[in-house]
Amino acid sequence: MTSQAKRPAAVLGTGQTHHRAKRLDVSMPGLLREAIDRAMADAEVGWADIDAVVLGKAPDLFEGVMMPELFLADALGANGKPLLRVHTAGSVGGSTALVAASLVQAGVHRRVLTVAFEKQSESNAMWGLSILPPFQMPVGAGAGGYFAPHVRSYIRRSGAPEEIGAVVAAKDRRNGALNPHAHLRQPDITVESVRASKMLWDPIRYDETCPSSDGACAMVLGDEAAGDAVPGGAAWIHATAMRTEPTTFAGRDQVSPQAGRDAAAALWRDAGITDPLSEVDAAEIYVPFSWFEPMWLENLGFAEAGEGWKLTEAGETALGGRLPVNPSGGVLSSNPIGASGMLRFAEAARQVMGRAGDHQVDGARIALGHAYGGGSQYFSMWVVGSRKPGD
Amino acid sequence: MPDVAVIGFAQAPNVRETPGTTNGVEMLVPLLAEAYQQTGLSKRDIGFWCSGSSDYVAGRAFSFIAAVDALGAFPPIHESHVEMDAAWAFYEAWLKIRMGEVDTALVYGFGKSSAGQLRRVLALQLDPYFTAPLWPDSISIAALQARCGLDAGLWSEKDLAEVAARSRADAAGNPFAQFSGSAGVAELLDTPMVADPLRRHDIAPVTDGAAVVVLAAEDRARDLVERPAVITGIEHRVDSPELGGRDLTRSPSTAAAGRAAGAEGVEVAELHAPFTHQELILRRELGLGAGVRINPSGGVLTGNPMFAAGLARIGEAAKRILAGTARRTLAHATSGPALQQNLVAVLERRD
Repeated sequence: MTSQAKRPAAVLGTGQTHHRAKRLDVSMPGLLREAIDRAMADAEVGWADIDAVVLGKAPDLFEGVMMPELFLADALGANGKPLLRVHTAGSVGGSTALVAASLVQAGVHRRVLTVAFEKQSESNAMWGLSILPPFQMPVGAGAGGYFAPHVRSYIRRSGAPEEIGAVVAAKDRRNGALNPHAHLRQPDITVESVRASKMLWDPIRYDETCPSSDGACAMVLGDEAAGDAVPGGAAWIHATAMRTEPTTFAGRDQVSPQAGRDAAAALWRDAGITDPLSEVDAAEIYVPFSWFEPMWLENLGFAEAGEGWKLTEAGETALGGRLPVNPSGGVLSSNPIGASGMLRFAEAARQVMGRAGDHQVDGARIALGHAYGGGSQYFSMWVVGSRKPGD
Repeated sequence: MPDVAVIGFAQAPNVRETPGTTNGVEMLVPLLAEAYQQTGLSKRDIGFWCSGSSDYVAGRAFSFIAAVDALGAFPPIHESHVEMDAAWAFYEAWLKIRMGEVDTALVYGFGKSSAGQLRRVLALQLDPYFTAPLWPDSISIAALQARCGLDAGLWSEKDLAEVAARSRADAAGNPFAQFSGSAGVAELLDTPMVADPLRRHDIAPVTDGAAVVVLAAEDRARDLVERPAVITGIEHRVDSPELGGRDLTRSPSTAAAGRAAGAEGVEVAELHAPFTHQELILRRELGLGAGVRINPSGGVLTGNPMFAAGLARIGEAAKRILAGTARRTLAHATSGPALQQNLVAVLERRD
């Protein structure tokens, strides 16, 4: 059993909505179509070209609709076609793209539409996350409260200076100002202003946290012939990886989970990358709280353990640096939870297609899309390139 | 592209209520042990894991995360989840083996319907802007569908009772069935309506349960079991959610999936029909003639664990090939109101 059976697959086009706290101007079907119509126009395909649809989003309680793919079938153009619905917590946008890719890689379909969304304003996400089931330890602190101890542990372990989180936040929000779709666009934000913002969950400050957004992201994926036909070049999928571990158990490393390290090792191996820092040109990494940039740089193998913050501090993760991280503004600028992972994957594709507009990384040929979810336990990632694997 | 085969199937007893936590993942633990025992595989031999379940049935967000604990997912595993019946998780696992990424996979589904009021919970699958606010529950919608067929002369109340009587009689041979019975058609027709024209026997029971199916690339499968059930076709389709916009007496998605999967010539068909009249719709759409043995397990009318029942149909269809009692079988799974979404798999013994 070998990967020879795997067929080439590529991103043919991407689309996303404008991300806002409340998209009161559109219904759920309208929100999805905003992203889908843009992705299909970008890919230059019509409905007859789409063989299957794969939809992802985070918990159904967020919108109050059980299995919303069912009522969305009309808006998704899925009637009479196969429709799959993926849910892997916060990593779902990434794993949804990977399921769509596997439909092409397995030789089942030629072109697949994949879309992920969250319309958080339809309900209260904190409520959705706070229902206390019996026999489970209540966290009662939201995502920030859950992750703050991990961040504090990272700082203690690595000896990172305390302003690193603010460096990331200021960078990502300034990048977001270059992205017309971003929810938060703050060209004038500074490290000092971030550090002056309110402390929410020590050591995480207000300006170091992601917003709560309504939004959607879509991509059209295709086989080798479809990829070859993309004007200006498709984004070819070089490798994919997913790994999962339990939320809690004695000895679990919540600062750098083994599931993330294992997924990254498999990803780089399959992509033929031996030195990620020098071989990857741009990285869209799932950073909902600013300190996760240095944490994931280490978990992904861009830096040795305890060294990730040095890349951030030296400006190497800024646009123009050695490894621009989140040129789109990232999750810190827009966070429609179910779509956030797919946005990372789509932004990586846009970079290697040369379609990233004002946040384009010059000459980007290899890019990473990364997502994580649950209690830092679900990981999903891909490497895309401007050339076909092996070329 | 390697062909893929089913090599193991385990299911929990179908019961009205289990004593465990609301997500019901405890039901999985003995099933995993049984699946390993059947296939000779261990946890570390599994290349890919995929599950189907529902947060709304469990009444909380991210309910599937608890199942990762039941698996003992450390060292970390390659895993995914669909918020659908686990028959669609089975489809995702089939893809992973077809594309050559792994050569074994374990698929599981679980649902504890007793944690809430199922017929009201399922009303939340409807369009939230126009339909769900009217709270048409799942049984009422099925009753509308049954009435459409009665009015069109496609079936009679007696036809429906015959489906129920056969299912209950067959369930007597299935130790996992929630209930079985020997009541005749006349006796069943003498019972009161629950939602006109549906009587108690026309409606699948509310069930807690779980199922596990193990898959392998065909070459690997032959090393592990004597008679792997090779998947020769698997397809799924969805229809419009607009209840007033489609002919409820038909299921075009089932017909299209059946054609694409190659439904002709099967000896046994396990159909996921939670209402008696839906079995008649499915038989017609799949072109299953009088010679095809329908639901020898008793079907979901005698035990319907949400999000595991479709996968269990695949397991039941595979079981007959694994046991050497059939050569070509069909499994069907459904999702959504009034048979909106349907999956068909055809399994074969290859010598």
